[in-house]
Amino acid sequence: MTTVHFPALIVVTPLIASFIVFAVGWFDRRYCFPLVIGALTACLIFAAGLAAAVLDNGNPLHYHLGSWPPPWGIEYVVDHLNVLILLAIAVIALLSAIYSRSMAAREFPQAKLPQLYTLYLLQVTGLFGITITGDVFNLYVLLEIASFSAYAMIAMGERGAAFAAFRYMIFGTIGACSYMLGVGYLYILTGSLNMADLNQLLPALYQSKALLAGFSLLLVGIAIKMALFPVHTWLPDSYTLAPSSVSVLLAPLSTKVGAYVLIRILLSVFNAPFYTSLYPAAPVLGWIAAAGVLFAAFLAIAQSDLKRMLCYLIVCEIGYIVIGVSSSNRLGLTGALLHLVNDMFMMACLFAVTGIIYAHARTRNIYELRNLHRTLPLTMAVFVTGALAVIGVPPLCGFFSKWYLVLGAIQAQQWFFVFVILMSSLLNTVLFFRIIEQVYFPPRESIPAEHAHHDTPFRLDPVPMGELIPAACLACFLILLGFFSNMLITRFISRAIPGTF
Amino acid sequence: MIEYLVTKHSYWFYIILIMMGFYGMMVKNNLMKKLIGMNIFQWSIILFFISIGAKKGATIPIIETHGVLNQAVRAADYINPLPHVLMLTAIVVGVATTGIALALLIIIYQNYGTLEEDEIIEALKK
Repeated sequence: MTTVHFPALIVVTPLIASFIVFAVGWFDRRYCFPLVIGALTACLIFAAGLAAAVLDNGNPLHYHLGSWPPPWGIEYVVDHLNVLILLAIAVIALLSAIYSRSMAAREFPQAKLPQLYTLYLLQVTGLFGITITGDVFNLYVLLEIASFSAYAMIAMGERGAAFAAFRYMIFGTIGACSYMLGVGYLYILTGSLNMADLNQLLPALYQSKALLAGFSLLLVGIAIKMALFPVHTWLPDSYTLAPSSVSVLLAPLSTKVGAYVLIRILLSVFNAPFYTSLYPAAPVLGWIAAAGVLFAAFLAIAQSDLKRMLCYLIVCEIGYIVIGVSSSNRLGLTGALLHLVNDMFMMACLFAVTGIIYAHARTRNIYELRNLHRTLPLTMAVFVTGALAVIGVPPLCGFFSKWYLVLGAIQAQQWFFVFVILMSSLLNTVLFFRIIEQVYFPPRESIPAEHAHHDTPFRLDPVPMGELIPAACLACFLILLGFFSNMLITRFISRAIPGTF
Repeated sequence: MIEYLVTKHSYWFYIILIMMGFYGMMVKNNLMKKLIGMNIFQWSIILFFISIGAKKGATIPIIETHGVLNQAVRAADYINPLPHVLMLTAIVVGVATTGIALALLIIIYQNYGTLEEDEIIEALKK
């Protein structure tokens, strides 16, 4: 089977499917969900096909939309860097769609499901498009497609969600407009919007003040979209109040794709000497990110709402990725890219479990989760797996990416960053063991009398299998990513990093 | 100095507009005014893009005699159409943003009976 048209199909399939789902929803709502699963399975096949083609070829695949050659037309590029992220998005989108079936049926009236799935597929379209495109303005449009569906889906959540979505929208629009203005500066200077073309044209202009202004605007825009501290303030409210079936898709993917855009702009549009020495953006980003990591780790400890705590953890993990980028050596970038992929799965796993806990226990307050392992043994096992991965316990995946991040920081001789990564790992340990203690080892007197004897027969969780199995699959991925991290690095990541490092 | 200000007058205009929009988004208490500020912010960038395609004494970018592309086309005679085409997309994006924002504002107004930010935050604390 030929993979020539896969780069276009992976974006077009969910886009067209979203309209079909909306139309079908008018007639018979039962067909919506199978359509979504079908479209996302097709996307997964396309992503896998692209990965196989890139590995076979060893070179990036270029797809010219409408057969217009690159500097004039829009180009989709699949290389070792983004094919990995495409695969991760496809897997997580499919698993969280399966997860969302019974979750959404519980959270929404039946009549709203077609709209939800329409937005869901639009979100996936945007994420795939941002990842695959090789054109800076096309990236802006797809960024906005992803953001719009996120605003609308977040607003479907619990009390206060619409207000949180509005605040997110104000922030998101500032970010997108800033990015667009930056693109405008690059266009005025070069007359090109193609990333590879810009990469060729820009070095002659590196002394230009206008280019610095454009570069700064791009960075500010992306920083807002990826929720880098201190412009992360939109994130905790909107992701906490979003419905569980939505936050499992949004929370792991959209900020991470923003981080991918940062790496893509720094490496593929600009080059390493520009952002490290000529215009020291990398150290500045690194210090901001280090402050953000500590800040977010402390704030996460201060939360009693499990989901809000995870939201601060996202800010923390974004900080890790940026620290890896800022150390601007091969080890640090390897860590950043590996952490990007690992963190998608870790957050998807933890948000899925949080949704199950909230649906079952009707609370997200971590002090009310005592003895939850008696009723939800498997769910809590998945939670512990996710927690250990975030802390960075080998052989789970979080360990390997943090290992490379620390090595990168050591090689860059940024001892404070080493301290920050290790310190925040310790803080994450406190964070999660506080919950694990509450759940598994509560104070003696708090154990209800009927549960006091330990010979309660083991029962399977009273959770729908459609929710438990995707969460368990995500937990398995955390283990597999840990075991096969070396393969990921040698096959994909080491070839994604430019040879100049 | 005066000449610098006058020759770049359109850019000064966009800077004033974008700052007005930014002020509206950040400072205003009413969500509707925030939205209006957001629109001014977006439109100022769109105007900026449109002005960068314009040239003095140039005409619309349609080449009159077709089939003569082997002759060199003098780019200075034609307005650059690309920023304008990009801004068609950006206008659509702006309209979509406004649409979603208005829908959100309707939901917020139905829930809290007000669009004043401090009153909504007060209501949410209860």
